[in-house]
Amino acid sequence: MTAVLTRPARLDDLSTGPAPDRRRIAVPRWVRRLSGPVLLLLAWAVSSTTGWLDPQLFPPPAQVAGAAWDLVRTGQLQVNVGRSMLRVVEGTLLGIGIGVIIALLAGLTRIGEDLIDSTMQVFKAVPNFALTPLLIIWMGIGESPKIVLITMGVAIHIYINTYSGIRGVDAQLVEVAQTLRAGRRQLITQVILPGAMPNFLVGLRLGLSSAWLSLIFAESINATQGIGFLMSRAQTLLQFDVSVLILIIYAVAGLLSYALVRFLERRLLGWRNGFQGV
Amino acid sequence: MTDVSPDSTPSQAVEISGLSRSFGDHHVLRGVELTITRGEFIAMLGHSGSGKSTLLRVLAGLDSEASGVVLAPSARAVVFQNPRLLPWKRALPNVAFALTGDDARDRAKAALAEVGLAGKENAWPLTLSGGEAQRVSLARALVREPELLLLDEPFGALDALTRIKMYRLLRELWSRHRPAVLHVTHDVDEAILLADRIVVLSDGLLSLDVPVDVPLPRSRDSAGFAGLRNRLLAELGVHEGIGAA
Repeated sequence: MTAVLTRPARLDDLSTGPAPDRRRIAVPRWVRRLSGPVLLLLAWAVSSTTGWLDPQLFPPPAQVAGAAWDLVRTGQLQVNVGRSMLRVVEGTLLGIGIGVIIALLAGLTRIGEDLIDSTMQVFKAVPNFALTPLLIIWMGIGESPKIVLITMGVAIHIYINTYSGIRGVDAQLVEVAQTLRAGRRQLITQVILPGAMPNFLVGLRLGLSSAWLSLIFAESINATQGIGFLMSRAQTLLQFDVSVLILIIYAVAGLLSYALVRFLERRLLGWRNGFQGV
Repeated sequence: MTDVSPDSTPSQAVEISGLSRSFGDHHVLRGVELTITRGEFIAMLGHSGSGKSTLLRVLAGLDSEASGVVLAPSARAVVFQNPRLLPWKRALPNVAFALTGDDARDRAKAALAEVGLAGKENAWPLTLSGGEAQRVSLARALVREPELLLLDEPFGALDALTRIKMYRLLRELWSRHRPAVLHVTHDVDEAILLADRIVVLSDGLLSLDVPVDVPLPRSRDSAGFAGLRNRLLAELGVHEGIGAA
């Protein structure tokens, strides 16, 4: 008797081909990451030269570059961008400090949670920018209301994410720390805070976006310096090239903030072997 | 309220009497009595939900709601089924976590070498295999020179081949450091291979307490292994004979 082997209807070929050619993907990551924004710029230039974009309403890249050069030559761009950056940095640092401290108070103690959490949810519900007029009435038109506006937005994002990160720390690890006789300080600095770090960085990312958004609002009213001031002046004087330039500056600022958070994630979350993409 | 009191009579590592613990109406432990001699290796068998882990958690000082008298040395260490390493610390700092003394790092390094992980000091826990992670967890417990080592189904998540290697390692480490061991498991073979004495926990009470008279080195075909195994399975109310009509 011979056995009759029937072939299955279909066999998948799972054998891998030759190793992929490494030279083909030798383009550095950062170049690939920049390709999107560069393509946008290119599309803009092409649309302008072909006349698809009305140069009166949407100035071509060269005109915007010219406007930028004029502002640099007269020193206005450096002064205003510098002033705005200072506001964002000050407001963000303050916001991080306040957000982390109240997240610790609410995250580590029951009473802190009861006192703080619902209050912060109230603040979260109030649009930051609804406060702008009030802040100006309370604090005048100096630096304080601008920085306070940025600080509040950042603090709320940092708080909400860090707090949920602290509450999400694996209880099993807290138990281990107890059985290993870790002190309260070791428990906080080496178990709870590192455990909350991924969420903190999510908060930082959202906080930084909110910081630039707050800046626009803060500087659009009664500012005498800053990119928001440049923006509203350009609007009044119908300088569309400057308006576009300011948009680009906001975009670059956002991109740099994002790069900063990614850098921090790589440095601080190296222990995670999360999905890296294919 | 129990006190896990730091002191006990010199020859005893653990003395438990009248230990009870209930969760709501569910009485998990109902007056357990157990004594463990210094340097003794005890395995505790029981079905899931028999209260084994509850008892171990009381001894570990993680349960303050139980009533009864529990005396245990203050130098205790626990190894859980899940290695519970801090994922944001590399292997060596995990072992050295909460260790005191100037030589903490060196001691941690020696402990890692002892469990066969020399050279893995800088590995992240998430890159370790299950067996390796559990060995780091063992090193973290042993580096504290415990007088009482509590093992809560430490090999439950490991594959059968890794498990055999871990048995040898654990027994070796135990004979070198001589802590009293309470090894909680539901694997009858594991209990016989490792322990000097086996207790069975059923319905919140110790229902059996037998010495393991199987000569060392032990394997599953050692004399006396099958007999003891059958006795323990019967006590646990389990019958083999798979495939019987």
